[in-house]
Amino acid sequence: MSTDTLPATEAAAPAASGPGGRNTLRAKRRRNALRTLAFMSPWLIGFGVFFAYPLVSTVYFSLMKYDGLNPPEWRGLGNWEYVFTSFPQFWPALRNTLWLCVVMVSCRVLFGLGIGMLITKIKTGAGIFRTLFYLPFLAPPVAATLAFVFLLNPGTGPVNALLEAAGLSAPAWFTDPAWAKPALTLLAVWGIGDLMVIFMAALLDVPKEQYEAAELDGAGPWQRFRHITLPNISPIVLFAVVTGIIGAMQYYTQPIVASKVASGVMGGSGVTFVPGYPDDSTLTLPQLVYSLGFSQFNYGAACVVALVLFAFSMAFTALLMRRRGGLIGSGD
Amino acid sequence: MTTTVNPPAAPAGTSPGPAARRARRKAVLHWIAVHSLGIAAALFFVLPFVFVVLTSLMSDQQALTRDLTPNSWHFENYAKVLGTEGFLTWWKNSLLYAGLGTVLVVVSSTPVAYALAKFRFRGRHLSMLLVIAMMMLPPQVVIIPMYLFWAKQMDLSGSLWPLIIPLAFGDAFAIFLLRQFLLTIPDEYVEAARIDGCGEVRTLLRIVLPMAKPGIAAVALFQFFYCWNDYFGPQIYASENPAAWTLSYGLESFKGAHHTDWNLTMAATVLVMAPVILVFFFAQKAFVEGVTLTGVKG
Repeated sequence: MSTDTLPATEAAAPAASGPGGRNTLRAKRRRNALRTLAFMSPWLIGFGVFFAYPLVSTVYFSLMKYDGLNPPEWRGLGNWEYVFTSFPQFWPALRNTLWLCVVMVSCRVLFGLGIGMLITKIKTGAGIFRTLFYLPFLAPPVAATLAFVFLLNPGTGPVNALLEAAGLSAPAWFTDPAWAKPALTLLAVWGIGDLMVIFMAALLDVPKEQYEAAELDGAGPWQRFRHITLPNISPIVLFAVVTGIIGAMQYYTQPIVASKVASGVMGGSGVTFVPGYPDDSTLTLPQLVYSLGFSQFNYGAACVVALVLFAFSMAFTALLMRRRGGLIGSGD
Repeated sequence: MTTTVNPPAAPAGTSPGPAARRARRKAVLHWIAVHSLGIAAALFFVLPFVFVVLTSLMSDQQALTRDLTPNSWHFENYAKVLGTEGFLTWWKNSLLYAGLGTVLVVVSSTPVAYALAKFRFRGRHLSMLLVIAMMMLPPQVVIIPMYLFWAKQMDLSGSLWPLIIPLAFGDAFAIFLLRQFLLTIPDEYVEAARIDGCGEVRTLLRIVLPMAKPGIAAVALFQFFYCWNDYFGPQIYASENPAAWTLSYGLESFKGAHHTDWNLTMAATVLVMAPVILVFFFAQKAFVEGVTLTGVKG
């Protein structure tokens, strides 16, 4: 590149600051603003068209009666009242979400932390172990769900075959309302690779000297974990919990595919599929948006549920950013 | 901790007194315990894949039994799946969505991430907050107006274009991840380039991009996987037109059409998983770095 032929634009500005100094400065500022605008433009357009406009529009439709055919009609808070008081699937979906936030998220975080600690201790064949542990995270969700519905199917599934061979009672997993969420949890715990990598990096960052000092002081393994490991990695644990909760709010593909496949009601079979099989036990809010909007054509109520989902997601995102200013910090 | 876990390396330079022997035995036991746990965990992660592959090779009759391993190996199941009407079209559509989507996201997100990481301007902090808000936004929140927009105003439902076109306007996650990566490149490089008379576009293309290759690779991989795995998007926009289905969406209907043929369904499942896992093996490092970046850096 021609380093010495082009006059540096920024460096030129102070040199020219004689009589017209202020003007050049202003021109430079304007040029900088335009430059920023140009670099930011793809996102600015995307933000307006695919975020701000539809969000405002969602609020608008939540106050309208609209089915996509007849023109929208003002309904005020009628949709809100319907969703909160008479729509039978709303509260089960919220309860399921709470269950997922408590049980599924803690299982994933604890198991992820355990696997992360294990992988930092493995010295022989660490690379192979790491790859094997990570692989399920990559399995496409639809494929992984289909695989688990097969593995856990009560009739011919290998898991129940093994359980019964071991003399244990075999649950009906995805077809039993009490076991459908635990089955989904098993699937979620299987795909732990992302958390493993994050925890592994955090664990390796804990200063070695602290462990050595503690060992000299006669601290046992549990004390070392409690007083050295945990305080050092607690920001990452919090990050995993909060992103896990945000993920649980948005949980969609796995439960809808599992309930479709396990109930046997598929697209094109003529029977309308109602998510949540068995007995609403796998319903989540995003699935309600889908079924209200795209099979009941009640766009107004669908937008109400969408806004509830939005409020929860943003609340936890705000929590994440407050506790870890790092997310947007300047990186030092 | 560091010296006691590895049994082949005996505590160096110590005479084999009873204390040393005890320490060594402890180290061996520790090694055995850790690696047994490792193997147990590995079985948990790997056995589902193994059972899926084994079932995909069974005969139609045997797939309906509880047998774990095939009596005879039916590799023709894979040919049957590939010969199913639509399967190759779904492959093509998935590649189009994921391939084009990845290129568009990288091209459109890079300048934005660069501006957010290296320019100082008013509203930078607010922009970053909004990027994160968009990143955390479930797609279902805005799906009703978006669907009405694409279906009624643009008349594009029944195709994948409503999913591909928005990717030309930056993706929040890609911008976030790339910005985090660009922050790790010292400002001095950028300033030196500016002093040498490099314009911003040239600084980005010639100086910053070559150093940001790992970050861009991670973003590209994540985007490719996201599109490949996307189920909700194709379900909303493409469900009415099987010619526009992707593998992730078509796979489920494949199960519907072959409801008792677990062997064929599992073969199809393997064919959907395989490309992702192959890509991973070629780009493992970039991928793991990217995951770490989302959680630890910044």
